[in-house]
Amino acid sequence: MTLIAPEQIQRTLANPSLQQAIYASTGRLVEKRRAAVAAEALPDYQELREQARLIKQHTLENLDHYLEQLESNVRAHGGEVIWCRDGADVVEFLAGLAGRKQARLIVKSKSMTTEEIDLNERLQHHDLETLETDLGEYIIQLAREKPYHIVAPALHMTRYEVAEIFSRRLGVASETVPENQTKIARAVLREKFLAADIGVSGANFLVADSGAVVLVENEGNARLSTTLPKVHVALAGIEKVIPRAQDLAVLLKLLGRSATGQALTVYTSILSGPRRAGEIDGPDEFYLVLLDNGRARLLADREKRESLSCIRCGACLNHCPVYRKIGGHSYPWVYSGPIGAIITPQFQGTTSNPWLPFASSLCGACAEVCPVKIDIPKLLLMLRSEVTKAGQREGRNRLERLGFRLWAWIMRHPRLYEMSGMLASALTPEENGGWLGRVPALLNRGPLKAWLSHRDLPPVASKSFRQRWRARRKAGGA
Amino acid sequence: MSRDHILHKVRTALGRSAGRPPAPAPPPRLRVEEMDAEARIAALFAALEKLAGKTFRAASRDEARSYAASLVDGKTAVASNAPLLAECGITSLAGVRSGFFDRDELKAACAAADVGITGADYALADTGTLFMLSSRHEARMISLLPPVHLAVVSKEKILTGLDELLTLVPIPSEVTSSMVLITGPSRTADIEQILVRGVHGPGEIHVVVV
Repeated sequence: MTLIAPEQIQRTLANPSLQQAIYASTGRLVEKRRAAVAAEALPDYQELREQARLIKQHTLENLDHYLEQLESNVRAHGGEVIWCRDGADVVEFLAGLAGRKQARLIVKSKSMTTEEIDLNERLQHHDLETLETDLGEYIIQLAREKPYHIVAPALHMTRYEVAEIFSRRLGVASETVPENQTKIARAVLREKFLAADIGVSGANFLVADSGAVVLVENEGNARLSTTLPKVHVALAGIEKVIPRAQDLAVLLKLLGRSATGQALTVYTSILSGPRRAGEIDGPDEFYLVLLDNGRARLLADREKRESLSCIRCGACLNHCPVYRKIGGHSYPWVYSGPIGAIITPQFQGTTSNPWLPFASSLCGACAEVCPVKIDIPKLLLMLRSEVTKAGQREGRNRLERLGFRLWAWIMRHPRLYEMSGMLASALTPEENGGWLGRVPALLNRGPLKAWLSHRDLPPVASKSFRQRWRARRKAGGA
Repeated sequence: MSRDHILHKVRTALGRSAGRPPAPAPPPRLRVEEMDAEARIAALFAALEKLAGKTFRAASRDEARSYAASLVDGKTAVASNAPLLAECGITSLAGVRSGFFDRDELKAACAAADVGITGADYALADTGTLFMLSSRHEARMISLLPPVHLAVVSKEKILTGLDELLTLVPIPSEVTSSMVLITGPSRTADIEQILVRGVHGPGEIHVVVV
């Protein structure tokens, strides 16, 4: 199995200003969360986490029941539920809907699920303009990039890069003050909101007993997307359902605090169906698109099922020493960080990115901060074991197994062990501040080269413990 | 059909059969603390001010109207159909338009107005949150499109927090198609984590308790 990760990682590591940007931004989010869940701010934090875990586990164990309950309640309030197996189903539905409504412009609020199925790119092929309206997502869309972080999509960009993107794509004069940049985006997007035919949102939660979609945000773009256009389409993975609106008392308290350190985000919308008789505004039509896209398959394994409990707060990314070095674009899919490392192999197949579950020090920070207590390190270990087994089936890892067999054999023969120690000592180059610094050219090749490229070893001692012990006894000491 | 296909896959993965009731769900966890009316107002104002919200305690409806008048002062405003606003005399202030029941007319008015004036069905003391149900009294756009939002809340509508709210409104969809919790002015930190207020929603929020 190859452990060589994509070149993007090398590029990220070699870019000091990017390193600084990632480290500073995630660091601020870490501090905000820490203050928000501290005992004096939220004394029952641990109880809430446990309750959140139980709610999510219970829902997943009975998912078919809650999906049916959700569907019947959405219908009872005049909405429609569209079940989609994959992204192609979603595109087919949306393109058809846009055709019937003669719609051209779709405004979108932030949704990782739409990123997962490349919705924007695919709708372009149907001559539909889909516009991201969350400021970070808008910048990313203008830059033609992918979100860098589940919660903060433009986390890696400086205001100067934003200025450059705005001048290039919007034709405005260079503006480097974030407050003014925000004003530019507000003005451009406000016109679009007022003209849009369809609003597409994601969903943070789907509430079975209310037939409701819950949207959490700070900017107001999700409210605008779901209020102004005459059609609202909410897209969500089937795992987003929770049994009762009352469970929001637990989940909302955890989501905002874990993501950005807010007790509640600025806006929380609870939407069930189109506007009703007597209501002055809101959409005339409401569609809830329920997406499988591989989720049902994940349910089969009782332990791995846990990864569907994720509420996408991004705390595991901010706390991950690996994410903070390699950044969001080094991961093979839209879900980055520790949660991405466990979700991606399960969605795309263990062998598609075999290095991914290994890109972790298993320090456990992710599990410690997860608001729904997903045991990410345990799942990483399970996935590692799957990668290794798959490699063995395909006859790979032969060299590695041979190496371990040789090692075991030497370890069982003291003489050989001693001789190999002497050999290693003889071959060790001069030490450099207590470390090897470099390895003999003979060793510096193949998988060993990759392994040593970011690691160092202390030099082998010139005399082994056994040699020194013998010398001491001979000298007539103890 | 995708629906049956997906439900079948889910049931197979879980080893469940159609129509089987679920095991009992963990009981809801709602904790409502005791708090007197004065403490609620104090907590609400403290939380709002921390979020850069402006607060005002009106001893009378006239005082609420004066606050609104000085805020609107020469600018344009749209007020919702909340009875409290009319009772305070806010809807008849110069520059304030109210009584919208048509969506398109309301949209045009809100898109041009400097201030949106609403009531609030409840306020949450611990987080400084306004809670609004969509109805013929309250439209969604008024608290959303204009750059300044003024909400007038009556004193007895202040709840301790989310838990008390969800005790009173256990199934939101029975009441309305849309409810929103508003906690402070619209904000973003998407560029270099620098806080900017008033991205898409109002950048300024005023809460008057009558």
